[in-house]
Amino acid sequence: MTEVKETPLKKVMIIVAKANIEDVYAGLIMANGAVMEGIEAKLFFTFFGLDAITKKQMNKLHTATVGNPGMRMPNGWAFPTLLGAIPGVEAGVSAMMKKQMDELDVPPVDEFLDMITAGGGEIYACKMAADMFKLTKDDLCEHVKAIITVGDLYAMSGGDGTQIIFT
Amino acid sequence: MAEKTFAGKTVEVTAEGYLVNKSDWSKEVAAEMAKEDGIDLTDKHYEVLDYLREQEASGASLTIRKVGKSGIVDIKGLYELFPGGPLKLSSKYAGISKPASCV
Repeated sequence: MTEVKETPLKKVMIIVAKANIEDVYAGLIMANGAVMEGIEAKLFFTFFGLDAITKKQMNKLHTATVGNPGMRMPNGWAFPTLLGAIPGVEAGVSAMMKKQMDELDVPPVDEFLDMITAGGGEIYACKMAADMFKLTKDDLCEHVKAIITVGDLYAMSGGDGTQIIFT
Repeated sequence: MAEKTFAGKTVEVTAEGYLVNKSDWSKEVAAEMAKEDGIDLTDKHYEVLDYLREQEASGASLTIRKVGKSGIVDIKGLYELFPGGPLKLSSKYAGISKPASCV
């Protein structure tokens, strides 16, 4: 019989490239969960994911009510795309989602970043995306350690038991 | 289930070291459990453990966010008290169940 040797996970590099509530929170929950388990975590925000660490946008994230097949009415019916297109509907649905998460003790984005960094997690922004959106370090929240290149990201990803996760 | 002896008392623990019978808990048991992980419990640690025990008794689900807002210790301080497992280790030493929350 072959012996299966498990190597414990020691470090996760989590990449967030989208600004939807669910995409951002998937990354935040995984990073926070990692540091809570004693696993090193580094979050790398790129493209629209930069909204999550941009002071002006970070606490105003939305979920998509148009073109989102997982979206349902409270009674379980499919959410009509045309309804999702009405002004204010997306904001209302997003507010409801945040309220439901708050009931589960899932904090707003800025507080979540506080929690992750308090546990030793690190937050980085992608240089190319920041240049593209004309964002500087001053536009980003204080949790951001640095604006780095993809090469820097890979350089940080060394070591046994490291995984790169793209949400 | 495994058995362990803490403070001269044989107790039943889960595979991950959590007490099976909450009534087995005492401050001395907590201290010896922590010592196994290389942590010496201070008064501040015990304040956190007491808080967790109260919360669990009241039926609340526990998260580090809640502990951070308890006024006992902030989240950074909680990580310093229980390195590598702020909620997991503190729950273990508090003699309560393994945390079932993702935050």
